[in-house]
Amino acid sequence: MIRLEHVSKTFSGQNEVHAVRDVSLHIAPGEIFGIIGFSGAGKSTLVRCINLLERPTQGKVFVDGLELTALGEKALRQERKKMGMIFQQFNLLMQRNCLDNICFPMEIAGVSRGRARKQAMELLELVDLPDKAGAYPAQLSGGQKQRVAIARSLASDPKVLLCDEATSALDPQSTRAILRLIQKINRETGITVVVITHEMTVVEEICHKVAILDHGEMVETGRVEDIFSNPQTDAGRRLVYPDGVALEQLPTGRVVRVAFNGNSSYEPLVASLAMDCGVKVNILGADTRSIDGKAFGTMLLGLPQDGTEAARALAYLKGQANVTVEEVRDYHG
Amino acid sequence: MDKFLSQMTEIFTTPKYLEEFLDGIWETTYSTVVSTAVAFLLGLVLAVLLVVGDKDGVRPLPTPIMKALNIVINILRSVPFLILMLFVLDLSLVLVGTKIGTKAAIPPLIVAAAPFIARLVETSLRETDRGVIEAAQAMGCSPFQIVWKVMLPECRPALISSFTTSFITILSYGAMAGAIGGGGLGKTAINYGLYKFNGAVMLVATTLIVILVQIAQAIGGHLAQRSDKRLR
Repeated sequence: MIRLEHVSKTFSGQNEVHAVRDVSLHIAPGEIFGIIGFSGAGKSTLVRCINLLERPTQGKVFVDGLELTALGEKALRQERKKMGMIFQQFNLLMQRNCLDNICFPMEIAGVSRGRARKQAMELLELVDLPDKAGAYPAQLSGGQKQRVAIARSLASDPKVLLCDEATSALDPQSTRAILRLIQKINRETGITVVVITHEMTVVEEICHKVAILDHGEMVETGRVEDIFSNPQTDAGRRLVYPDGVALEQLPTGRVVRVAFNGNSSYEPLVASLAMDCGVKVNILGADTRSIDGKAFGTMLLGLPQDGTEAARALAYLKGQANVTVEEVRDYHG
Repeated sequence: MDKFLSQMTEIFTTPKYLEEFLDGIWETTYSTVVSTAVAFLLGLVLAVLLVVGDKDGVRPLPTPIMKALNIVINILRSVPFLILMLFVLDLSLVLVGTKIGTKAAIPPLIVAAAPFIARLVETSLRETDRGVIEAAQAMGCSPFQIVWKVMLPECRPALISSFTTSFITILSYGAMAGAIGGGGLGKTAINYGLYKFNGAVMLVATTLIVILVQIAQAIGGHLAQRSDKRLR
């Protein structure tokens, strides 16, 4: 549905900023695709390269088989109407009431007033705010504003929904409600969703696939459970384990990260390690998260300082099914 | 003091004076309303050009055009009104067929006020939330639709306030125009008051101008506040 080919965006000026560097990715129809990274990683620029709010300095952008980067302004505006977008700050028209906000894209598309109002009412029902038609954005809470923004973004019946930090200005409860709403819309309409966020929890909650962006580069991409259970890059590890562990402070020798892939997370691994091969290890940190109903846990284990014992423990851990073991060498959180 | 009191009594007992003041009120109101309406429209168009055509605007225009526009606006704003009026009176002769009276003052008022209004409105338009404009662009709005359906409606309260300020500025310019042949209360205050050493006429004419300004500000302020949906 969305394909980026070697997309780069450089902001020229006194100091050149390489916001996005050579990103290629493919997002399948109906997928919820997360793009995660720390602030300044270029996520917002990248998502704006999809609907060409930012024109890439290099590379090609395809949406639904059409190369957007080859279109003129007028044709591009036509294509943008097939893509909805929601924002961190909602960006509703403050002088229009909710119903008229939702009517706005239809007005632009030339839909008759009567039909637009009817459809806007239906959309308000969908986002569960049927009684707020006449209310102005200033009278709504953050979560309600984002619901109206979602309804507005769906008004032009788009094939793609771009979410730029859509929940970052919301409290945890509203965040969950908004995420659930996006998930519901994705399931019911098969709309392709791109979610930009700096929060791992958002990705865990709704995304099927995820790409990690670091300093404008896409350093990792794949299924959420794979990335989560076994991040390969420094940026990936910092996002998955935001609290981190500073190795210098650990009393033990070698440190390994053990990731439980799916079903095995509650098996008493540490106890069986002690019983089966007589090695005691320190649990330096542990975390279990549920992704799409399945439990995924990680544990940071400090191996004994004795070399042979450590090697034995490592061999034992590596022999376990459904467990990935990885030695942590210079991990500073 | 006795003289002032007798002058005051004369004003309220002589039909000639009452008629003069009523005419003054009418002429001032009429010329101010017409001038403000035209000047505001012109100023609005200029302001939209300034904001939209900016290099960060929604439809950037060539830099030389923008530079020229800015320079012309700055020049017109810096020439003192009375001087500008003397220059523009020739235009009045062409447009309204006379160089004196209420109508003759309207073209100079428009030329003097439009650049001022352009800057006033420009400031308001620039304060349109960038995010909202971006959202409109993401929805496929054309630059014209962004101006017409986003910027102007979103700035409506600020535009009403700007209109009020423009109205009052033009009203005071109009009073000045009385000194060189314009009509209205300014003329009354100068011709019948200042030149004839009649303090009472000056005071009454000035008071009437003050009252007109107060009414305009009250109405404008009320409308601006009522139209703003952000306050509730």
